[in-house]
Amino acid sequence: MTEQKHILSILVDNQPGVLSRIAGLFSGRGYNIESLSVAETTDPLVSRITLVTKANAPVVEQIMKQLHKLINVIKVHELTGSSYVQREMALIKVQARPEHRAEILRIVDIFRCKVVDVGQGHYTLEVTGDEGKMDAILNLLKPIGIKEIAKTGIIALFREPK
Amino acid sequence: MKLTGAQILMKMLKEEGVDTIFGFPGGVVIDIYDELAKTDIRHILVRHEQGAVHAADGYARAGGKVGVCLVTSGPGATNTVTGIACAYMDSIPLVIFTGQVPTQLIGNDAFQEVDIVGITRPCTKHNYLVKRTEDLARIVKEAFIIAASGRPGPVLIDIPKDVSSTIITYKAPKKIELKSYKPTYSPNMKQLQRAVKLIKNAKKPIIFAGGGVVLSKGSKELTELAHKTRIPVTCSLMGLGVFPGTDPLWLGMIGMHGTYRANMCSGDCDLIIAVGVRFDDRVTGKTDTFAPNAKIVHIDIDPTSIRKNIPVAVPVVGDCKITLGLLNKLLDKEDLGDLKKKRKKWLDQIEKWKSTTPLAYKQKNIIKPQYVVEKLYELTKGSAIITTEVGQNQMWAAQYYHFNKPNHFITSGGLGVMGFGLPAAIGAQIACPKKLVVDIAGDGSIQMNIQEMATAEQYGLPVKIVILNNQYLGMVRQWQELFYGKRYSGTVMEHAPDFVKLAEAYGAVGLRATKPEEVEPVLIKGLSSHRTVIMDFAVEREECVYPMVPAGAPITEMLLA
Repeated sequence: MTEQKHILSILVDNQPGVLSRIAGLFSGRGYNIESLSVAETTDPLVSRITLVTKANAPVVEQIMKQLHKLINVIKVHELTGSSYVQREMALIKVQARPEHRAEILRIVDIFRCKVVDVGQGHYTLEVTGDEGKMDAILNLLKPIGIKEIAKTGIIALFREPK
Repeated sequence: MKLTGAQILMKMLKEEGVDTIFGFPGGVVIDIYDELAKTDIRHILVRHEQGAVHAADGYARAGGKVGVCLVTSGPGATNTVTGIACAYMDSIPLVIFTGQVPTQLIGNDAFQEVDIVGITRPCTKHNYLVKRTEDLARIVKEAFIIAASGRPGPVLIDIPKDVSSTIITYKAPKKIELKSYKPTYSPNMKQLQRAVKLIKNAKKPIIFAGGGVVLSKGSKELTELAHKTRIPVTCSLMGLGVFPGTDPLWLGMIGMHGTYRANMCSGDCDLIIAVGVRFDDRVTGKTDTFAPNAKIVHIDIDPTSIRKNIPVAVPVVGDCKITLGLLNKLLDKEDLGDLKKKRKKWLDQIEKWKSTTPLAYKQKNIIKPQYVVEKLYELTKGSAIITTEVGQNQMWAAQYYHFNKPNHFITSGGLGVMGFGLPAAIGAQIACPKKLVVDIAGDGSIQMNIQEMATAEQYGLPVKIVILNNQYLGMVRQWQELFYGKRYSGTVMEHAPDFVKLAEAYGAVGLRATKPEEVEPVLIKGLSSHRTVIMDFAVEREECVYPMVPAGAPITEMLLA
C-alpha cells in the first residue's frame, strides 16, 4: 500500500501538555509528522492543530482513531480527499547583491510576496501559499543564494459549499 | 465550608465509594495521610510502590471496582510506572494519586521531584497535574469516570504538597461533562444485522472472546450466544473464565501456547466472532497467515482495537455485554435450522483434534509442574481465584486450571510483568475476603516482589503461593533450548533463598514437596491453612510449555513436544 500525504485538522483542549500527548502518540506508535502548526481558535479554551503525516490508508485510519482516543482531543478531521484551502508561510532571507536585486524584486512581484526587511546585502521576503508555490519560489531563489529560511507548517480549512 | 485539599480529596474518595487504598507514604503526601487516618477508608501499607499498583489492580480485577493507590513524589511515583503500564495494557480501572513537590518548586529539580505526568503520559488512559486546590474535586470526579468507563484504564493524579495543604472554601463540583470523551456503548444495528447473516451462513464458525468480555461483565451473554448457535468458544489469556472451561463447546486457549484444537480451528474456520479482543501478536502469530479462510466480526468498545492488526469484515464498536445481548435478541428472531446436524461435521473435526492431540504430560518420578496445577484444580474444584506471575508458571496455570467463571484468573497479560502475582493476590484477597486466592508462581518471578509477603502477613491475608521451582528463568530457558542451541545465557538461577525458611521468616507457613507423592499432601495442608502459605515444589527443571508456536510463525504450526 502506498504512503500518501494526509492533512489532519484536530481541535483540542487548549491546555498545557496536550501537544505533548499528540507528539508522544506519534513517536510512541511510530507514525511520522511532516509538519505541525498549533494556535488558539476564537474560543480560548480550544486550539486547532493542523498536522501533516505520510502513511498508507489503514495507518491513517488508526492514527485518527488513536487521536480520538486522547481525552483532550475534541474533533479530528481529515482534509485530504475533500475540498479545502491550505497555506503555509515562509520568511526567506535571500542574498541581495546589486546585480540580483532587480531579479529578486521581479520574483517578489510574480509570486505576490512582500519584502519585509532590507539590509546591505540581503532582502527578507514573506511568502504565503500552498506547497507548490513554496517549492517554485525556493527553486528560483536558490541560485541567487538563500541565507536563512523559516517556514510554518501547513494550515488548512475545509471549503464551505458555495 | 472551609476545607484543605487533603480533606476535599477524602470527601471525594468517600463519594466515589472507595473503601481501600493501597499506598506508601512520603514527605509530600503527609497531609493526605493525616486526613486518611481520620476516615474509615482502609489503608494497605505495601512494601514497594510497584506492589501497591499491582495490588490495586488485583483488587479491581477480582472485585470489579476501581483500584486506588496513593504514593509520594519522585521515587514513589516512578516505582508505580510498571504497575500502571501493566494496568494500561490490560485495561484495568485504577486511580493513582502521586504526591508532587510544592507548585512553586516544580521545575526546579527539587528533592524527590520527578515529572510523573510526563513519564506516565503514554501508559495512562489520562493523567492530571492539579495546580489549584479549587480544581481538585472536579479532577478526582473526572478521573473516576474516565478510569471506569469505555475501555477502562489507569488515571494518574499528581498533587503538589501545597495543593493538599491549602484551605479553600469548598464548593461541590457541578455535574461533570467531558465534551470530548463519549465512549460508544450501543452498537450500530446495521452491522449487527450483517453479523447475524454471517452467523447463519457459517459452516465452521468459532467465537473468540477476550478481556473485554470480563470487563463488560458479558460472560452470561457470551455463553448464551455460544449455546444458542452451537458455536465453539476459544479465549485469549485475558478472556479465560468468560466461558466455562468444562463446557463441551470449550476449545481451550488460543495462541502461542494455545491448545492444538483452538489453533487448528483458527486456521480452518470460516467465521470468527471476536469479542473484546485486540488480536495481540501472541494470539495471531504471523498475521498474514492468521485465519486465512475466515470472515471476522469484531466487537469491541475501543475503535482502535478494530483493524489495528487484522482485517475485519464486520466492525462493531460497542460494549461487549450490550452488543452480545442485542445480537442474541436478533438471533432469537432467526431460524437457525437444525444446528445439531449443521454443526456435526465441524464439531466432530474439533473432537478429533482434541482426542489426537490433547494437552498432555507424563508424570514420572520427578514432579511435573503441570501435575501441580492439575492437582490444585482438582483440590479447589476450580473455585479459587488464581493469580500468576509471568512465564511458564503463567502458561501452565492457563492450560491446566479450568476456569468456569470470569474474574477468577488474574494475570498480567499485555505487559507480562514478573512479580505481578503476589501483590495482585493480596489485592484480590482484600476484594474477596472469603475466597481462596492462589498465586501460581515461578522461583524467578516470585522474587521480584517477594517483599509483599510482609504486607500479606501484616493484614492477615491467607493468600497461598505455589512456587513451581525449576531453578531457571524457565520461559526464556525454553526459548534458548529450542531456538538458541541450549545456550542458557543468564537464565540459570541456582542460588535462591530457601522459600520455606523465607516464609517462616516473614511469619508465614512454608511447605515443600520434592517428590510426586508429596504434591497432594502439601497442597491439602497448605490450602486448608488460614494463614499465608508458601508451597515450594521442586519440579522437573527442563520441562517446556507445549504446544508452542515459535515467534512469528503461523499459529497452526505448533511444536508439540
